[in-house]
Amino acid sequence: MILQDAVNAAAANYSKMGAAIGAGLAAIGAGIGIGRIGGSAMESIARQPESLGDIRSNMIVAAALVEGAVFFAIVVCLLILFL
Amino acid sequence: MPDFTSTFKSSPLSKILLLTAFCAFFNLNILRASHEGHEDKGATHTKTEVSNEHEIAGVTDEPEKPIGKQVSDMILGHIGDNHYWDAFGHYVLLPLPCIVYTESQGLQFFMSSQFHHGEHAYNGMKLVNMGAKIVWEDAAKTEKIYDFSITKVAATVILGSIVLLVIFIGVARTYKKRAGMAPKGFQNLIESLFIFMRDGVIKSSVGPRYKQFMPLLMTIFWFIFIVNLMGNIPFFPGGANATGNIAIPLVMALVVLLYVSVNANKNYWKHIFLPDVPVGLYILLIPIEILGFFLRPFVLMLRLFANITAGHIIILGFFSLIFIFGSMKEAVGYSVAPASVAFTIFMGMLELLVSFLQAFVFTLLSSLYIGMAIEEHGHEHATEKH
Repeated sequence: MILQDAVNAAAANYSKMGAAIGAGLAAIGAGIGIGRIGGSAMESIARQPESLGDIRSNMIVAAALVEGAVFFAIVVCLLILFL
Repeated sequence: MPDFTSTFKSSPLSKILLLTAFCAFFNLNILRASHEGHEDKGATHTKTEVSNEHEIAGVTDEPEKPIGKQVSDMILGHIGDNHYWDAFGHYVLLPLPCIVYTESQGLQFFMSSQFHHGEHAYNGMKLVNMGAKIVWEDAAKTEKIYDFSITKVAATVILGSIVLLVIFIGVARTYKKRAGMAPKGFQNLIESLFIFMRDGVIKSSVGPRYKQFMPLLMTIFWFIFIVNLMGNIPFFPGGANATGNIAIPLVMALVVLLYVSVNANKNYWKHIFLPDVPVGLYILLIPIEILGFFLRPFVLMLRLFANITAGHIIILGFFSLIFIFGSMKEAVGYSVAPASVAFTIFMGMLELLVSFLQAFVFTLLSSLYIGMAIEEHGHEHATEKH
């Protein structure tokens, strides 16, 4: 009975912890994704320095697309926190 | 309409000084007007209504809320919508028109100053959540209030459209006046960005029929760019988080969805409902394709919304750190201030990049989706090879 009450009282805070962990995992995903994009962009610039402009714009576009997926996770976490 | 080419003949320093003087004059006048109590001086702006010092929003006789709650209220208030425009911190609040429809009282127009920042009720309705929402004063009443007010976000959209009109009608007139001559000044700036989007993004993504979709895609790009930039200016008339309100990207994504479905040719629908795969895979592929059809504009909306909102929250949070640390020990607050301001400036620079980038990515993806919808003959070549 006491355990049940304790769990009920903590239930709302568990969801907040879940939201926080979710946001952290989303940040990890963003870091890995954009890190790989940046890394391969650096390598290809090193191979062919004259295509710097093209590679730079494509890198930024790909980074924005990856960030789109990450922000979806962030928005879900925010919804958990505020709804 | 002014012609912008002639404004760039004077030296840059004098232009900077003039702009600074204008902004300072405008904002300081608003500040002066706010401290003069109920006397309606009119200041420099006919719409400015002066608020009594006791009615400053947020300053009431309640006990002091914990600093974390104050900060989160401030941040949520800034990224949310409001029925008045906080033009200069919370000292001056410009009231905005309220347009409310209820079954019992019909359609009503009034300025939100009637609510006196949440203190008084008007016609049985009152303002809650620091001006965000209109509810019935009598909590038991469950009748629906249809709120069509011109809130801060709606006013920003209108202002952004006016800015866009001024810019582009001015540049178009310059083209007529300087026909055949090289572009210079403001015209050059707008033209370089315009041509970059047209050649690099729209022409290559939409294909040969790009001219038909140029108005939509260019409007999307410039509107998002200008409204994002306006959201990064801390004082009036900027400072409102318009693209960070889910409604604005939602409507733009719906318009793109509408364009794609109306202009899609038979190839596109055939690709969704009768793809070129063995019949056994239909049960797997068709739901995925239909889901993808709706999901792409949804993610478009979400990307823009989340990027801009997250940027605003980060900037607001960085300088709120000063107050959070200061509430523990005042000296810590002061010492954190330089680092906090430096981070805020850095994030502000990043926000400038993000403003342009999100407009660019929205336009790029919209033109890709439209290009995919109107694509011809690509499908038949793939089948011919087999």
